[in-house]
Amino acid sequence: MKIKLSKGLNLPIAGAVDDVTPHFAAVTRAAVVPSDYPGFVPKVEVAPGDAVKAGAALMFDKRHPEVKLVSPVAGKVVAVERGERRKLLKVVVEMSGDEAESFDITWNTPREAVALLANSGLLAMMRTRPYDVVPDPEVLPRDIFVTAIYSAPLELPLSARIKAEDKPLLDMAAEFLAGITTGKVYLSHDSSWTLGGVSGAEMAEFSGPHPVGNAGVQIAAIRPVDKGDTVWTLDIETLRRIGYLLAHRTFDAGAVVGVCGPAVSSPYVAKTVVGAEIAPLLSGREVSDGRHHRVISGNVLVGTAIKDDGYLRYPYRQITIIDEGDDIDEFMGWATFSPSKMSCNRTFPGHFLKRLFKPDARLLGGRRAMIMSGEYDAVMPMDIMSEYLLKAIIARDIDNMERLGIYEVAPEDFALAEYADTSKLPLQHIVREGLDYLRKELE
Amino acid sequence: MNSIRKFFDKARPAFEPGGRLSALGSVFDGFETFMLTPRTTSGPGSVHVHDAIDSKRTMIVVVAALMPCFFFGMYNTGYQHWLALGATEFPFWQLMLYGLLAVLPRVVVTYAVGLGIEFAFAQWRKEEIQEGFLVTGILIPMICPIETPLWMLAVATAFAVVFAKEVFGGTGYNVVNVALVARAFLFFAYPAQMSGDKVFVATGTALGYGAPVADGFTCATPLGQIATHSEGALALTGVDGHALTAWDAFVGLIPGSFGETSMLCILIGAAILLFSGMANWRIMLSVFAGGLLMGWVANTFSTPLYPASMLPAWEQLLYGGFGFAAVFMATDPVTAARTDTGKWIYGFLIGVIAVLIRVYNNGYPEGAMLAVLLMNVFSSLIDWCVVQANIRRRMRRLTAKTSES
Repeated sequence: MKIKLSKGLNLPIAGAVDDVTPHFAAVTRAAVVPSDYPGFVPKVEVAPGDAVKAGAALMFDKRHPEVKLVSPVAGKVVAVERGERRKLLKVVVEMSGDEAESFDITWNTPREAVALLANSGLLAMMRTRPYDVVPDPEVLPRDIFVTAIYSAPLELPLSARIKAEDKPLLDMAAEFLAGITTGKVYLSHDSSWTLGGVSGAEMAEFSGPHPVGNAGVQIAAIRPVDKGDTVWTLDIETLRRIGYLLAHRTFDAGAVVGVCGPAVSSPYVAKTVVGAEIAPLLSGREVSDGRHHRVISGNVLVGTAIKDDGYLRYPYRQITIIDEGDDIDEFMGWATFSPSKMSCNRTFPGHFLKRLFKPDARLLGGRRAMIMSGEYDAVMPMDIMSEYLLKAIIARDIDNMERLGIYEVAPEDFALAEYADTSKLPLQHIVREGLDYLRKELE
Repeated sequence: MNSIRKFFDKARPAFEPGGRLSALGSVFDGFETFMLTPRTTSGPGSVHVHDAIDSKRTMIVVVAALMPCFFFGMYNTGYQHWLALGATEFPFWQLMLYGLLAVLPRVVVTYAVGLGIEFAFAQWRKEEIQEGFLVTGILIPMICPIETPLWMLAVATAFAVVFAKEVFGGTGYNVVNVALVARAFLFFAYPAQMSGDKVFVATGTALGYGAPVADGFTCATPLGQIATHSEGALALTGVDGHALTAWDAFVGLIPGSFGETSMLCILIGAAILLFSGMANWRIMLSVFAGGLLMGWVANTFSTPLYPASMLPAWEQLLYGGFGFAAVFMATDPVTAARTDTGKWIYGFLIGVIAVLIRVYNNGYPEGAMLAVLLMNVFSSLIDWCVVQANIRRRMRRLTAKTSES
């Protein structure tokens, strides 16, 4: 299956990693942040001072106790941080030793296979359509979509993450997943894929600009989600982790992290663990220009701004550092013809230049009502009338949300639209709230 | 840069709630964000970088696209005035100066009234000042006859801003084009003063410049002449009685509303809008297509009963406000159709209806304004139908699936 997408946008941002050779980063702490797992209502299983093995459960989902979030490393729980109204913020583990939880790899039915994923923390690494949440272990998926395309700004190439020697793990994992779904396991890749067919998976080759790597876009092109369907999505690294679990009975917490962005002095690839503290990863890498910086765990489109003493957040792939921009005064910025402005609009000379930009985190304008039309659809390669869907969400109109295809989308599908929006509306936030509202109302 | 920042920082306390000038908080904020790009940054979980385009730039580009028409309007106002005085020489800078002096009070009045109301509403709603009126404020004097009394402009602007925009929620929420509502208000509220053959040529002095034209002077616009044409071959004449050609209409040296006469300048504006992506080419193209088609139909079945039907189809596009409406009015993204298919239908119908009214309703020599306003009202309905197609596609997929299993 070959699919070509034309809509979308590759943001030309400076600070990409040139050399993908990983550098081992020595970290001493790792944390699990439950808010990275939408739909997961955490209940802590450990207390500060407890010794944990790598892969041991730190917390479980109140509604489905078999779904666990596990410790990426062996060591001692040093903090169970809570925020307002005792909301669980994160559990921090200090590394010591290398004891690992050994899982019992036996299953006879799809449900037992799901239970294995849930228990080992790998189910939580996947997401569903609809709602973009952690899968419900009681609902078997119609299809499972694996994406092996990393198209977001400054993402590392596939070759930095998956090697030829991982192929047996991928085969094993795909066959395992094929036993869970009633439909198919689809593996989407682009022309950089060199491993040939994966057994148990149907291969789909995509080409086009970002968001071609988004699972939502691939599902829409392969087999769209309708009301009543549930599909799972995961990336190729999670597939490899499943294979690793089946082959070695342990949780593979290794993470390959691209440290990149215009405010990184020498972008590089760090080899570390899921949830690692980021200070050792950044030491000496942040540009020291006296400006405020924003450290993002993730990419500039989908990611979380964290402090420089924070922890790597799901999906544990990338740290991007850009200028914050709140220390800049720009005289009549709206009138500028500076070639250093990044824009889709042809009134900016930078639009015509083949160059890389160093954008900062400013909105670069005031928030307005939706004025320009068609801006969102121009960067969304899905059959979704995005303006109308967004309006239905804002109006909390469930009937129209359903009819306009809310089951097919995730917040990340609106990230480029949010970037391009003249009116500077927080589209991902609107979609996230709409999905949560709908899930609550329909349950 | 620092001195500007310091200036605003120093002045800010007075404008903050509880300050001496807190009633002008929105105005202060408006000026600050105009002078200095706001430092507001993205939320921690949203998209972290944003396109450099914003609402201010969008509106300013539209104003820039209107400038060729505006400057030509100045020249043409002077030119028509000189013609009316019976002049044979037309000194460029004097014409421009006269046009400038004639239009300046109108621009000042519309901006003062409109922005005043916008500022008041923004303050009342505790919102930022929105930029929509930057465009509306220049459009209103451009689509009105030059001799429109200032007080009428003020009343019409106030009416349009309050009842066509602010009651719906402000910029981005209005159903119909605000500038056209002002024009329609003048047209229907003061028909005696606003139509006919007296208002389209400047006859007085402009702030003391120029000379008054003799009492009793009249000159109708080409469309006015066509509408009142009774017998014989259609012959359009200019202010001094010389014959008008289609070329005059293309260049724009004909009587008409201030900024609407020159097709040439409108096309320059269209090029700016399309290049900058501020207006939609589907709408522009389909308005012209609709006008041409309706003009061709009317011309094919031409009858002296409806004199405008005797114009060839392509000439329909040159006269009156047709081109201006197609390029600057129909393309207003807020009031136009928002779906791609909807834009084709919306634009096409504007073109058809504009010529339809012009030809078959002798009471209204020009139909562009009414056509755009009418389709503004219907644009949501057109979009609704287009969106239903998307919904039906999804429903069909669902029913196909359930019948399968």
